[in-house]
Amino acid sequence: MIFVSIFLSFLVANLLGYGGGPASIPLMYEEIVNRYNWLSNTEFSNMLAFANALPGPVATKIAAYVGYGVGGWGGFAVALIATILPSAIGLIFLLKLMRKHKDSMIVKGMTLLVQPVITALMLVLTFEMFQDSYHSIGIIQSAAIALIAFLLLQKWKVHPAIVIVLAFLYGGLVVPHLS
Amino acid sequence: MYKDLILAMLRSGIFGFGGGPSVIPLFRHEAVTKYKWMDNEEFGDVLAIANTLPGPIATKIAAYLGYRQKGTVGAIVSVFAHILPTCLAMVFLFSFISILSHSPIITSMVSAVVPVISVMLGLMAYEFGEKAVKGLGIYVGIGLTIVCLLLLQTFSIHPGIVVLIFLTYGAFHFKLKPKFLHKKERGM
Repeated sequence: MIFVSIFLSFLVANLLGYGGGPASIPLMYEEIVNRYNWLSNTEFSNMLAFANALPGPVATKIAAYVGYGVGGWGGFAVALIATILPSAIGLIFLLKLMRKHKDSMIVKGMTLLVQPVITALMLVLTFEMFQDSYHSIGIIQSAAIALIAFLLLQKWKVHPAIVIVLAFLYGGLVVPHLS
Repeated sequence: MYKDLILAMLRSGIFGFGGGPSVIPLFRHEAVTKYKWMDNEEFGDVLAIANTLPGPIATKIAAYLGYRQKGTVGAIVSVFAHILPTCLAMVFLFSFISILSHSPIITSMVSAVVPVISVMLGLMAYEFGEKAVKGLGIYVGIGLTIVCLLLLQTFSIHPGIVVLIFLTYGAFHFKLKPKFLHKKERGM
């Protein structure tokens, strides 16, 4: 019975969370804290802070943690399946359909017209990420890190993972001593 | 082949600090630049369609990349490799280091990664912008990008809806295009 509640709560939170992981966090909060009382408000915010500090998608980390806490390893698996499976199947199905008809003028037009939208979406994300960074470490730090990252990535073609690790080290070793 | 898939997913899962969107440039690096599973255009389609569906973006894309390479088993392997390390870390490390997530050192480590992610996303924006200009011409390409920005930012329309509008028009684009040109000629 507990597995059914776990499955339904994560299914609902993620299907209604239209707009990726971050959109479903308030819905998960609603299910986990208000509806089932699996966690208290403070526990939820502690968990969210920890999930944000770890890499990878936030929604799946919350599902793993709460699923495990409520139903052990079975709960862990059920919560993750409910979070991931429906939208993954949807994407595979739609893209398979597009690839099958990729030579049709209809699909070619769709692929072309989607380019400006992706450009705009990426610009918005770039701006939002930079704003986040501006609020947490200030404009000088943000701009300096961004400039160095740009040179490393674009000019010297360093692997993105290495650039991320460098930023991570800089953040741990230098940034806390600056303010 | 499975080895490549697993490595690509492990790397993008472990280095994707800053939640869902931060992982997009990492996926693209693995799928387009490193392993050449698909070209940038196809990756753009994957992103666009992923935006029209609900649920976490990263796991959807991981599942599709796995499926495209190795079918259903590939999809499962791919998602597992992408999320399992951090999900297990969440379960096992939480009680030990939940205090650490409030420590200034950990928060500044994570904050210092954010501008890097911002640059990666900016570079992707530039490349997709280039594609838009190449396919649609400079005026229409830039013009439509600005229209999208207005729809997303000024009118706060959901990204999924904006993608749907453009996909719908795109389906008729090559049918309508000659008519536009025709009109222009007659106008002159």
